[in-house]
Amino acid sequence: MKHATRRTVGLALTAFTGLCAFVIVAVLALILADILEGGAAGVTWTFLTQPPSDGMMGGGIFPAIFGTAALTLLMTVAVMPVGVLTAVYLHEYAPPDSLFARWVRVAVVNLAGVPSIVFGLFGLGFFILFVGRGMDRVFGHEEMYWAQPGILWASLTLAVLTLPVVIVSTEEALRAVPLDHRTASLALGATQSQTLARVVLPGALPGILTGAVLAISRGAGEVAPILFTGAAYFLPELPTHLNSQFMHLGYHTYVMATQSPDVEATRPLLYATVLVLLLLTFALNLVAVIIRTRTRRKAAGAH
Amino acid sequence: MEARELTLRYGTKAAIQKVSLAILDRRVTALIGPSGCGKSTFLRSLNRMNDLIPGTNHTGTILLDDTDIHDRSVDVVDLRRRVGMVFQKSNPFPKSIFENVAYGLRVGGMKDKAALAQRVEKSLRGAALWDEVKDRLHDSALGLSGGQQQRLCIARALAVEPQVLLMDEPASALDPIATAKIEELIHELKSTYTIAIVTHNMQQAARVSDRTAFFYMGELVECGPTEQIFTNPREKRTEDYVTGKFG
Repeated sequence: MKHATRRTVGLALTAFTGLCAFVIVAVLALILADILEGGAAGVTWTFLTQPPSDGMMGGGIFPAIFGTAALTLLMTVAVMPVGVLTAVYLHEYAPPDSLFARWVRVAVVNLAGVPSIVFGLFGLGFFILFVGRGMDRVFGHEEMYWAQPGILWASLTLAVLTLPVVIVSTEEALRAVPLDHRTASLALGATQSQTLARVVLPGALPGILTGAVLAISRGAGEVAPILFTGAAYFLPELPTHLNSQFMHLGYHTYVMATQSPDVEATRPLLYATVLVLLLLTFALNLVAVIIRTRTRRKAAGAH
Repeated sequence: MEARELTLRYGTKAAIQKVSLAILDRRVTALIGPSGCGKSTFLRSLNRMNDLIPGTNHTGTILLDDTDIHDRSVDVVDLRRRVGMVFQKSNPFPKSIFENVAYGLRVGGMKDKAALAQRVEKSLRGAALWDEVKDRLHDSALGLSGGQQQRLCIARALAVEPQVLLMDEPASALDPIATAKIEELIHELKSTYTIAIVTHNMQQAARVSDRTAFFYMGELVECGPTEQIFTNPREKRTEDYVTGKFG
């Protein structure tokens, strides 16, 4: 190939790949610009603190913000112990050639690939119809109490969905704890569980927290798993019990976009809601990034 | 402490073959030999750190106070408190200086604050580090220099008051001044502790040890008073090694 041809091919490839990369940035910029332009004016104090009114053509989104927060909190409380303990078993206790551990890992990977609507149906079938009905029978509720959609079942469904995120990031965090620290601890006469509690888990904590934040930011944005398990179409009251239904930012967005009697009147509210949801997710991701950077800096300081 | 006919295998490959070696009380025994000769493996088997490597198995016995350390009645946790270890690369925990030294005591169940503080000071003095760190006991141990970190690891091992102290090339990552301090420290420690030290540095072995054991290809070639090993070895291989003909 001649020099000139090679140069042309090189330049063309640079330009083409660069263009593809630019498209990604452009799409994100377009979305953000559009939402900011349409939503910034709508995000007012009243909007953030009032329930929706006038058939969702007025008022605010406070119940949805509250519902999303409560749901996510419950989910975190449910998913963190199970996820962290699973990862601890897989990485610390399971024998290296354990068949069981390999099955669990395969299950985790597959769980991460299940479409979220399937989790929604699973939540309905397992938590509400199976566990909920069973509990009603055991506790002697004449009317449906647990066997109906509620914030507990929705948060548990989300917990199952986010479990792989927590397990994978916790295992990574455990792997990152230097072997030196473990051997030092054991050589000083610490037992394996003391080493785990005093050296390994503290060392892995930043990574585990990053996993928590990633799970939260994933869980907070999901709508499909909560469709059948607890999210309410319109409910100005805040959830007070574990079996209360609740409003949710993501579901509220969907409802406003598809069910409004007057699209034009709803549009500014829709924009503002989406903006709030995005800001929330970005904020959570930002927290994850900050924690991760700190961990890296700490790890770098250790050598 | 004494090994009798100790053979240790990784899987089927023998790392050490029928090694019989006594680590005499309150003496410094240096283990020398070329890389891969089994001296570190031997050292690590003395407090059963090799147990942590999957696939290792052994034959022969290691006696501590006339008890086989592999006996069912011996708890490996207790063994490691009696036979402490300092590693090649200093490995302080990412905790404060105080907490590093107190670690072995805390996992051993010591809770009394005054007793802990007293033992931490004693150990740091024992490791000749006290004067350098007494005003910053609660700062991170990771802020110490490499030599200080290694002396901190020695203090941490001393805190649980072991009978025997195993050192695996404790100065190989340090500069000459820090190395001199460690060697000086070993001299002081041998009045109280039984010490076994693995080293690649022949001068170091000659300087710090009372007895020297030469390992080659997984076998103990020769063991005797350090002076004899370096000036008048019985074996040709020992002579070749200590005079630098190979290794």
